[in-house]
Amino acid sequence: MATAHARKGLILYTFKRTKTSVVGVVLAALMVGLALLAPWIAPYDPIEQNVKLQYAPPSLTHLCGTDGYGRDEFSRILWGSRVSLMVGLASVLLSMVGGIPLGVVAGYRGGKADAVISRFNDVFMSFPIVIFGLLILAIMGPGLIKIIIAIGVALTPRIARLARGSTLSLKEMPYIEAARAVGQSDPKIIILHVLPNILGEILVMGTLWIATAIIVEASLSFIGLGVRPPTPSWGSMIRAGLDQLTNAPWLSLFPGLAIFLTVFAFNLIADGLRDIADPKLRG
Amino acid sequence: MFQYVVRRIFLIVPTLWAVVTVVFFLIRIVPGGPAMAALGAYASEEQVRALEHQMGLDQPLLIQYVKYLADLCRGDLGKSLITQRPVAQEIAQALPYTIDLTVAGMALGILMGVPIGIFAALRRNRLPDYLGRIFSLIGISMPEFYLGILLMYVFAVKLNLFPVIGGGDFSRWGSRFYHLVLPAFTLGIIMTSFISRMTRSSMLNVIGEDYVRTARAKGVSEKMVVYKHALRNALIPTTTVIGLYAGILMGGSVLTEIVYSRPGLGKMMVFAVKDRDYMTLQMVIVIFSAAVFLLNLLTDILYSLIDPRIEYH
Repeated sequence: MATAHARKGLILYTFKRTKTSVVGVVLAALMVGLALLAPWIAPYDPIEQNVKLQYAPPSLTHLCGTDGYGRDEFSRILWGSRVSLMVGLASVLLSMVGGIPLGVVAGYRGGKADAVISRFNDVFMSFPIVIFGLLILAIMGPGLIKIIIAIGVALTPRIARLARGSTLSLKEMPYIEAARAVGQSDPKIIILHVLPNILGEILVMGTLWIATAIIVEASLSFIGLGVRPPTPSWGSMIRAGLDQLTNAPWLSLFPGLAIFLTVFAFNLIADGLRDIADPKLRG
Repeated sequence: MFQYVVRRIFLIVPTLWAVVTVVFFLIRIVPGGPAMAALGAYASEEQVRALEHQMGLDQPLLIQYVKYLADLCRGDLGKSLITQRPVAQEIAQALPYTIDLTVAGMALGILMGVPIGIFAALRRNRLPDYLGRIFSLIGISMPEFYLGILLMYVFAVKLNLFPVIGGGDFSRWGSRFYHLVLPAFTLGIIMTSFISRMTRSSMLNVIGEDYVRTARAKGVSEKMVVYKHALRNALIPTTTVIGLYAGILMGGSVLTEIVYSRPGLGKMMVFAVKDRDYMTLQMVIVIFSAAVFLLNLLTDILYSLIDPRIEYH
């Protein structure tokens, strides 16, 4: 236990030392805070239309201007952050629910189970994430839950590969062999000894995928397969603004900036975590 | 070496078969079936039946599947449900635009990314390194379509230097190039940020190795150490990563094509989704996956050329 404590301390220490990741945590916390508080801090109703205010440029009353329906762009960006973050977090969680059992079984059992699961993973990973998400949404139709499923399924083989790798290196540990020697059943060993030991690492590495999930959601919404209108989502707002790039550039530029800042924050955190995982590259 | 390449190419066949199978069955679980989806909710039952018959969807699934595979082997990719033209013809028309874009994007990514990565690694924890790292972090945090819009806004809308949209007249080199510049840089900058990151970290790994220290200790010039000892070894992991990023390259090309309205495969795929043209959709997805596979194969071959230690049996 003492070593586990020491290790946690070292991880926290390294994480704090990499200032960039602290900046990332602060920025991400700010984004999450804004998303949670959106109903209270958004100055206007994000879907209330006002035809008299079409394409109003940014001003003090409308910080990011208004869109073709006269809706306040700033309020829409605030509300849109909920979609992005929710999809980012939920889809990564979903991929863990599917990927961890697959990876652990493949790594622990080896042999045929491993061969079958790994071949499946290879096939599914040959689809680029955006294209796989697009295929799933083409089948199921657009919508918030469906987009979470689409990205979650696309990320599952990637998490499974991670879990398989961790399990493989853990399998040879003396305490696992000891558990097997005293006759514990495989499911019991997996649940009691393997899972608790790899979960931390996978949760940490899983956060690396949140940034990807947010970009993929924005991309699919941009293509027109995201949440249904009038619910604001950053990707679809950019798409709507693209046609007005000459006379109302703010409609694409501000939501894009919001995506960039959010993804940037999660990438900063991920960078710090990666430094911890690979001490050679530290510094 | 030759044998290895041939074997790898043969290994592509079962994988492609698996990809085709996955896409075939996934598309057929569309609620109500592709015919119903293509015609919309208000179509009469007769209309749906007629289209299902035309598409061969009224036959048992297994027979459809075998027939589809047989057609594929003969090079018959089916007909588009919307234009009624052979899918192969439509793909042949769109493919050059996508190839131009992905090749140019990848080339820019390598040409800019590798030097930036080396430069940053050699000046570790100094200004050029920080700038390089910030640049790459910004690049990987930027969705392709947003970068595309930014470049379009500055260079096409404001400065009026390049065309806003379109793929240009493909038979004229000038027009083809003129329309390629902004999309290629969009994809190229994203690839640069991934590649420079990887080059930097593998260069850092190599610089810490004993043989680099030995080379320095015996008085080899810094230039020789960098280019002869370190770079060649650092390029090995970088090469693999270029294969790993094939997916990002393909996905990125789809979004870039949409932003710039380039009539390539990506745009074709998105239209196929919107028009519910499942025949076209399944083929384009298979092509994108095949491209990822081929790029990975190419990387592995390159790998063996750069690293003489690797032998293939």
